Amino acid sequence: MFRKVLVLAVGGALALAATGCSSSKSASAGKAETGPVTLTYGIWDPKQKPAMQEIADAFHASHPNITINIQLTPNADYWTKLQTAAASGTAPDVFWMSTTRIGLYAGQKQLLSLSDKPGFDNSPFPKSLNDVYTLDGKQYGMPKDFDTVGLWYNKKLFDAAGVKYPTAAWTWQDVISAAQKLNDPGKGVWGIASPDWTQENLYNTMLQAGGQAITPDHKKSGFDDPKSLAGLQYALDFVTKYHVSPTAQQMTDTQPDQLFASGKVAMFADGDYDMPEYKAAAGLDADVAPLPAGPDGKKGTVINGLANVIYAKTKHAQAAWEFVKYLGTKDANEVQAKTGTVIPAYNGLSATWVASTPQYHLQSFIDQLDVAVPYPVSKNTAAWTTPMQTTLDQIWGGKLDLQTGAKQIADQMNASLAKE
Amino acid sequence: MSATESPSVAAGKAAAGAGPERGPARRPVAARRPRFSKAHMKEWAWGYAMIAPLFLGLSLFYLWPIVQSAYFSFTSWGVFGGRQWVGLKNYSSFMSDPQLPRAAWNTVKYSLIVLVGIPLSIVFAALMNQVSGKYASLYRILYFIPVVTMPAAVAMIWRWLYNGDYGLINYLLSLIGIHGPHWVSDDRYTVWAMGLVGIWSSLGYNMIIFAAGLKNIPRQYYEASSLDGAGRVRQFFSITLPLLSPSIFFVSVLSVIGGLQMFDMVLLMLGKANPALAGSKTIAYLFYEDAFVTGNQGLAAAIAVVLTLVLLVLTALQFRLQKRWVHYG
Repeated sequence: MFRKVLVLAVGGALALAATGCSSSKSASAGKAETGPVTLTYGIWDPKQKPAMQEIADAFHASHPNITINIQLTPNADYWTKLQTAAASGTAPDVFWMSTTRIGLYAGQKQLLSLSDKPGFDNSPFPKSLNDVYTLDGKQYGMPKDFDTVGLWYNKKLFDAAGVKYPTAAWTWQDVISAAQKLNDPGKGVWGIASPDWTQENLYNTMLQAGGQAITPDHKKSGFDDPKSLAGLQYALDFVTKYHVSPTAQQMTDTQPDQLFASGKVAMFADGDYDMPEYKAAAGLDADVAPLPAGPDGKKGTVINGLANVIYAKTKHAQAAWEFVKYLGTKDANEVQAKTGTVIPAYNGLSATWVASTPQYHLQSFIDQLDVAVPYPVSKNTAAWTTPMQTTLDQIWGGKLDLQTGAKQIADQMNASLAKE
Repeated sequence: MSATESPSVAAGKAAAGAGPERGPARRPVAARRPRFSKAHMKEWAWGYAMIAPLFLGLSLFYLWPIVQSAYFSFTSWGVFGGRQWVGLKNYSSFMSDPQLPRAAWNTVKYSLIVLVGIPLSIVFAALMNQVSGKYASLYRILYFIPVVTMPAAVAMIWRWLYNGDYGLINYLLSLIGIHGPHWVSDDRYTVWAMGLVGIWSSLGYNMIIFAAGLKNIPRQYYEASSLDGAGRVRQFFSITLPLLSPSIFFVSVLSVIGGLQMFDMVLLMLGKANPALAGSKTIAYLFYEDAFVTGNQGLAAAIAVVLTLVLLVLTALQFRLQKRWVHYG
């Protein structure tokens, strides 16, 4: 197996080199900016490809000289392939970027700054989204879509236990007492699922407690802040103190979103991106409310989202900018909204998305934009999230107490951030 | 794969060793012919031409990457390429990695568990040898299916079977009053769980080798020994086992190599978000993490080199020891 991986890696590199050669050939053919140009556009989500194709076709109609060639790479290989391609100077001209990688790619000068481009306008997008894609005062990504987290609940289980549905006015205490009433081990029903997932759970509970995962300047960890600790404690208590959540082992064997979809869990904080899964789940009568407020009435959710970026070594910087500018227009975002798969980043278009699935109060996700905080990132996010997740797994698995674990995460994170 | 070739090399050596004693039976012509005659050269040229395609492929996809990996292990990589020479730094950071002792122990433990599969395969092969007629091939297919099934699919299916709350295995255990553990999310059980799948998935392959070995044992030995009054058990230990020893040797060399390289099940059956992952990592998994998760290719290459050296030493050791217990015909 081990050797196979090696061979695959080498084979992959060769394949990339081969495709690299061919693309540079076609690039030199269209060297003069007046002639026809073909841009490659790297994406990873097959569900969104039709929408992207529609946008690309509309762009081609208004810019007949520029053809867009969409390159779909499954998410599992996307970053490995992109990193290898970028190392050899052959990444796509325009591609999707995530908040966790922007620091790395922008910091290592792999992307063109959009702030320098004529006609760049980031005012139609949420500020928190613009901020994530800004490094040292320059914005590198044109926001594409965003996601926030809401409190999903199972209406059937709430009705059976005679508990009122969650509202925007709920606090932690409401969630705890509801979870205790809903919990019914005899029927195999848990009040809530509280895994050590960061985006859906812990980053948000830390915010609600008044803490944070990382300082806004991305220089120091927030895991040693007592308030952050309180947020982690709240999430962990469901598992170890109140016993109203499945254990870490149980949620590893069966993912909490699956438990929720199969009606075993009454409440679960989850992003809007899992909506299609719940919509498709047979016999699940669910809805979604905004996340609860912390003890001091503080609300909070992280906001995450993709952006379109331009590769620094593109041979068609001008054409690539034309395309990215178009991707940031209302027209292009409208196409995304209609498909219902993601919330378009463009302000005011969320109504189209909300209307796409009327059975859920999807407005809950939009309403939280006011309290949304950028997803925690730094220049090399993966360098500290990997050990962080390992330590959180240890804490949730009962192998490490929270105090020690959080301190360990803070130390690892600070050491990693200091190197950036 | 050097592993698949080496036993035949061993067989060759053994045959060569036996050669001089059988000298008189050999044609003396070969010895008289001058070493570098034209005819000889031509023969060699043809020989090399014949193996050239395979050799080129091997060089390109195995040998050259091995050389490169060895070189990379002394370098540190930038995320987007660019290397610098760092000497033995990667090796020292691998050796001082706090995860190493646990990973090494998990790797050894897994390999030992999988080795238990060898006697099991022999028993199954011997039993299958008794079955004749149309059912023989049916059994052979059934046992061989796991070998040709994609590791990813195998891992997914077993992950379901091992599910602590809703898995089939724990359901069956509950019928006899045993409360089964969380096989794949509790690190007291994960290596055992992976070992069991390792045995299950290699059983078919090992059995085919052993079945072939069994077919090669002349029937007369059994007839003669039963005339001398040997029972079935005695026959198994005095005839079957010694004459099967080349196959056993071959399978054990392969099992050790495969076991020490185990990686896929950690990633696929346990998964990245698992409280048991930290206690279940293997050496090859550390390699994967450094190469593809944290982007530390130099360190990963160092791990690969160390693992290769360990495998070389272990395989050499096995070849040394085989002289004591392997009987070639």
